[in-house]
Amino acid sequence: MVTLHRNGFLAPPVLGLMGLITLFSPFPCLALELSGSAMVEGRLFLHGPQFAGQRSQGGSLAVNAELYHGFEDGSSLILSPFARLDSADRERSHLDLRELNYLHVRDSWELRLGLGKVFWGACEFVHLVDIINQTDLVESLDGEEKLGQPMAHLSLVRDWGVIDAFLLPYFRERTFAGVKGRLRPSLVVDTDHPLYESGSEERHQDVALRYSHSLGDIDFGLSFFKGTSREPFLIASLDKGGNPVLRPYYEQINQTSLDLQGVFGSWLVKAEALYRTGYGRGFVATTLGFEYTLVGIFDSGLDLGLIGEYVFDDRQQDRAGLFNNDLMAGMRLAFNDAASSEILLGVIQDLDHGSRLLTVEAGRRLSDFSRLNLEAAFFMDGATGSVDNALGDDDFVKLELVYYF
Amino acid sequence: MRILPTLFFLLPLLVTSSVVLAETPGERGLAIAHEADARENGFGDFTSDMEMVLRNRHGQESSRKIRIRTLEVVGDGDKALTIFDSPRDVKGTALLTFSHKIGDDDQWLYLPALKRVKRIASRNKSGSFMGSEFAYEDIASQEVEKYTYKYLGDALYNGHDCTMVESYPVDAANSGYTRMVSWRDKDEFRLWKVEYYDRKASHLKTLTMDDYNQYLELFWRPHRMEMINHQNGKTTELHWRNFRFATGLRDADFNKNSLRRVR
Repeated sequence: MVTLHRNGFLAPPVLGLMGLITLFSPFPCLALELSGSAMVEGRLFLHGPQFAGQRSQGGSLAVNAELYHGFEDGSSLILSPFARLDSADRERSHLDLRELNYLHVRDSWELRLGLGKVFWGACEFVHLVDIINQTDLVESLDGEEKLGQPMAHLSLVRDWGVIDAFLLPYFRERTFAGVKGRLRPSLVVDTDHPLYESGSEERHQDVALRYSHSLGDIDFGLSFFKGTSREPFLIASLDKGGNPVLRPYYEQINQTSLDLQGVFGSWLVKAEALYRTGYGRGFVATTLGFEYTLVGIFDSGLDLGLIGEYVFDDRQQDRAGLFNNDLMAGMRLAFNDAASSEILLGVIQDLDHGSRLLTVEAGRRLSDFSRLNLEAAFFMDGATGSVDNALGDDDFVKLELVYYF
Repeated sequence: MRILPTLFFLLPLLVTSSVVLAETPGERGLAIAHEADARENGFGDFTSDMEMVLRNRHGQESSRKIRIRTLEVVGDGDKALTIFDSPRDVKGTALLTFSHKIGDDDQWLYLPALKRVKRIASRNKSGSFMGSEFAYEDIASQEVEKYTYKYLGDALYNGHDCTMVESYPVDAANSGYTRMVSWRDKDEFRLWKVEYYDRKASHLKTLTMDDYNQYLELFWRPHRMEMINHQNGKTTELHWRNFRFATGLRDADFNKNSLRRVR
């Protein structure tokens, strides 16, 4: 029996707004648009489990719906709940409000109030400067799935650029695979007992400010963030039963960052860099890359996109995540057929340890309303002692059928 | 002697017509392109819905639905916002284009799942648009400056007295074509047919337009376009609906912020 792991404070607002919308819907002025997707997923791990309770396969169901209402003046209301039920990992069975916000739009400014999602950055493999939203790590290892972030977001649009100011009144903890989940460190991350540097814990008031602009062929953003780090330390500890666990520790940080994307002929050049200070010494991290597309290769209608990126992070290696001196390469083959078939191959090479991660993503439309996606990851260890060693036996293949409504 | 003043009166006309006669095919082709472009001046803005029907050689069909918002920019290429509605896996994706008379267009793609705006390199124009037989360069804003021209002669097309003009992409290295031949009627400068010749100079595609309607008593728009690819046997039909002019779109509707909240 699968139990749904609820992210505490989220459930009442979902029900509340649903009620509100039901209440309002008889009014002709509030025409709601419902859309979204439902997916069935099967994951197969190629090696037997390393830890007790883990399994070699798992199935799961997920729904992401969106209710939207647009007002005459351009303002809007949006509600976007997400839920997943996972057969193996109760931490992966979770409910989140990706969005629940009101957006007020005027000529030269807009204000968003509620739970929202914001992306900062330019690169494809690692998203260094993207810090507003917490990563929903149980959804995907690539860091692109995010939890809804409570915010007041003011955006001022001027001829000389855009200023975005954020008040972030509530912190969201990163999700981690549970005891029975695969793709986890050797010790389980005890997400029920996080540690905070700030006495206000998850109620610390975080702030962020960003200036972004497009100048000719270059788009850039200069950002500043002050608040709770989205990226926890994992501290070895004991749970109440005396079992060794990792407790996430969220420190207070100041982060200044730059992200940039520029077009140089057929080349797309990208860069992200940050300087972060916190409890430990300050550090810099940067990622640089390019994208180049060969159109109509082999006299066919196929396009081949080439991606190359490098990431450097000068933190102590035991503190860093997967990427501290890594080279990444990607190849995206678009078939340009009616089904929009696509294959993306990626390789991440750790230049310090020699470990390597190979990824495959492929997709094909089945109908106007459905799509089949395949994803695979292979963790190849070149040397012992690397940070990602615990994932060594977690090579997997995932098949996902998505239905859009 | 009344004949002399008459001759004097006619003299400038004779000179003028000799100038007209001396116009080279290149100049005449350019003049036609300029006149066709001038007739589009002053539209201000328009929106429309478009359905693309892709058909392979076995007759199997698939469809894509998009909406387009266009703003005229005086002195440069237009600004356009293209919003994808179907297939559903790309719903909400949007493309912002600032086209330029000279140099590459600026393009940004909005990916709704990530809430991400991504800059796109637009230099290579020969790639397929949404898997259709239309390349990006076929649907891009057709600025006069992006081609050179040669008037080939006149021809009758579906009862219309047309000029045939050959055009050559200025940025030849990044175009899929060596040349195109366009049929335009002489009355209204409406485009009826275009033949595309690939980089090996062989006939690749033919585009035909029909079902023209006039808006604001000035601007003609075809409601049906068909692109036939002679080499792979595939066709793409475009069905245009709901043209609306003077909708009040402004510059503020065409920036990265408006791209992020586009519906």
